[in-house]
Amino acid sequence: MSTAMDMAQGATHAPDASAPPAIVLDKVNKWYGSMHVLRDVSMTVAEKERVVVCGPSGSGKSTMIRCINRLETHQEGRIVVDGTELTDDLRSLDTIRREVGMVFQSFNLFPHLTILENCTLAPIWVRKMPKAEAEELAMYYLGRVKIPEQAKKYPGQLSGGQQQRVAIARALCMKPKIMLFDEPTSALDPEMIKEVLDTMVTLAESGMTMVCVTHEMGFARQVADRVVFMDRGEVVESGPPTRMFEDPQTDRLKLFLSQILRGH
Amino acid sequence: MAEANIAAAGAAPLPARERPPANIVGPVAWARTNLFSTWWSTAITLVLLYLILRAGWGFISWGLIHAVWTVPQGANGPDTSSCRAAIGIGACWAAIGEKYRFMLFGFYPFSQQWRPAIVVLLFVGLFLISANRRFWRKELALIWIVTMIVIGVLMWGGILGLPHVAQDQWGGLPITLILATFGLALAFPLSVFVALGRRSTKLPAVKMLCVAYVELIRGVPLISLLFMASVMFPLFLPEGMDIDKLLRAQVAIILFAGAYLAEVVRAGLQALPKGQGEAADALGLSYWKKTFLIILPQALRLVIPPLVNTFIGFFKDTSLVLIIGIFDLLKSGITAIADPNWQGFGNEMYVTLAIIYFVFCFAMSKYSRGLERELDRARRR
Repeated sequence: MSTAMDMAQGATHAPDASAPPAIVLDKVNKWYGSMHVLRDVSMTVAEKERVVVCGPSGSGKSTMIRCINRLETHQEGRIVVDGTELTDDLRSLDTIRREVGMVFQSFNLFPHLTILENCTLAPIWVRKMPKAEAEELAMYYLGRVKIPEQAKKYPGQLSGGQQQRVAIARALCMKPKIMLFDEPTSALDPEMIKEVLDTMVTLAESGMTMVCVTHEMGFARQVADRVVFMDRGEVVESGPPTRMFEDPQTDRLKLFLSQILRGH
Repeated sequence: MAEANIAAAGAAPLPARERPPANIVGPVAWARTNLFSTWWSTAITLVLLYLILRAGWGFISWGLIHAVWTVPQGANGPDTSSCRAAIGIGACWAAIGEKYRFMLFGFYPFSQQWRPAIVVLLFVGLFLISANRRFWRKELALIWIVTMIVIGVLMWGGILGLPHVAQDQWGGLPITLILATFGLALAFPLSVFVALGRRSTKLPAVKMLCVAYVELIRGVPLISLLFMASVMFPLFLPEGMDIDKLLRAQVAIILFAGAYLAEVVRAGLQALPKGQGEAADALGLSYWKKTFLIILPQALRLVIPPLVNTFIGFFKDTSLVLIIGIFDLLKSGITAIADPNWQGFGNEMYVTLAIIYFVFCFAMSKYSRGLERELDRARRR
């Protein structure tokens, strides 16, 4: 563990505080009907920063991350991604979705397309890339997630871990500046979690700006610059992983950590 | 999936046991477990077997052994006495031999009936080409348009030295194929847009319009729509303006089929996991790209069985146009045996009509099963 931590800390891609922030959430509020799911959530993610969001289920962490690329709409407050504010304007939405990649808990690969087609679809249709170039790009990223030999298969023929790695490659093919991960390992069998986390660690080391909702505390310790703890729709506490895990300030985080640790 | 796991673990697959014993596979074993497992089941099997053989023998005896195939030609037309003698004992296929031209082409001028015959062949060719997935390209639309024009020219005539044949003289199989083919070919895209509109969350007016259309059309019988199209609709038109009766019936069928198909398509859209649309959104695909590249290919595949079910239903429902005086296949067949010489030979005509309808419907059903299998093989979930 210590060597891995050393490696992460020794990486040259420290968050760049001088550059304009990649993501800004400013007093974001959201309601589902009368249920208040996000309460004055404010958070800034610097360029190349790696943020892990954790919290009990129903704490609003998934909703928050889905607001960043507007799969959900917020009702109050401001969200600015890569300098563009999220509004109902379709053009700004297009810009943001091109720059933000997302990986889902349930992979959401397109089952009627091959692995290669899954990866080339968006570059061809959204970025208007020639097919040959898109395929070359897709093979490069499939190589980086270590499954280029599966390119001609269909998602249903792959294991869960392989599918999730393809989902990561598919998002990377759009060359996003920011990657969002919404519980990427929660739907996986235990023996497949590691292969996905390894892929994410490699990606983190390459300097990608990442926001990751996960319960994998080992991953948080290893790669996160900052851990954000959410509960009941609000950000309760945030800070560097070592401080958060070893010296939690709030009772809610203490309780959460004790439950997580008991679970493992 | 299992295959992938084993390969990933690097373990050799377990060897299969030698062949299963003969008493659990094979036709004899199948019959023993399914037909003769208990004395009660054996009794039912024997009774049903007896009934099937009796009915089958009865039909063969009527349709083949005692059937009259030809009749001699007398001075006043065919001499049907041999057929009349056989009524109740054997079929009179001579009636069909004599009347099949009218059954197939109705009142279309006899000497020009090669034209609708070619039209029928064109339709069949069009079906065969459209069914082949290799031809699912943009050019297919062009083939359709060209074929439509050729069919129109052949049926109407009036140019290229073909004598003009008015639409009220058309009849028989071409009418059924025209109504069914255009009906479904236009109703299907309509239904897709209606289904999408009905699920729209951002355009409430469009959604209401689609709901109203589906509920309104679904709530009335097709027959009443056909009556409206044939009797009521002309009242609303300005004087002197007349829209072809066949066209009016065609529009009624398109609207009716569209409403039904829309609900089938909507079922497919609903069955698709929400994550598919979200993944497409997250990749930055626009609404229409998402719909045509991700949503519809999957949703339509899911609903092939009910879709084809509805197609088959509407192919047969085109026969309802007979009530507004359009001579489709069924009406032409019935009219053919109204000839005093051949009255009383309805059974033979109905059997023949049933066979023709069955051939088309069974082909659709068989094709849909093949298509499902083919698409499944490509996906293997």
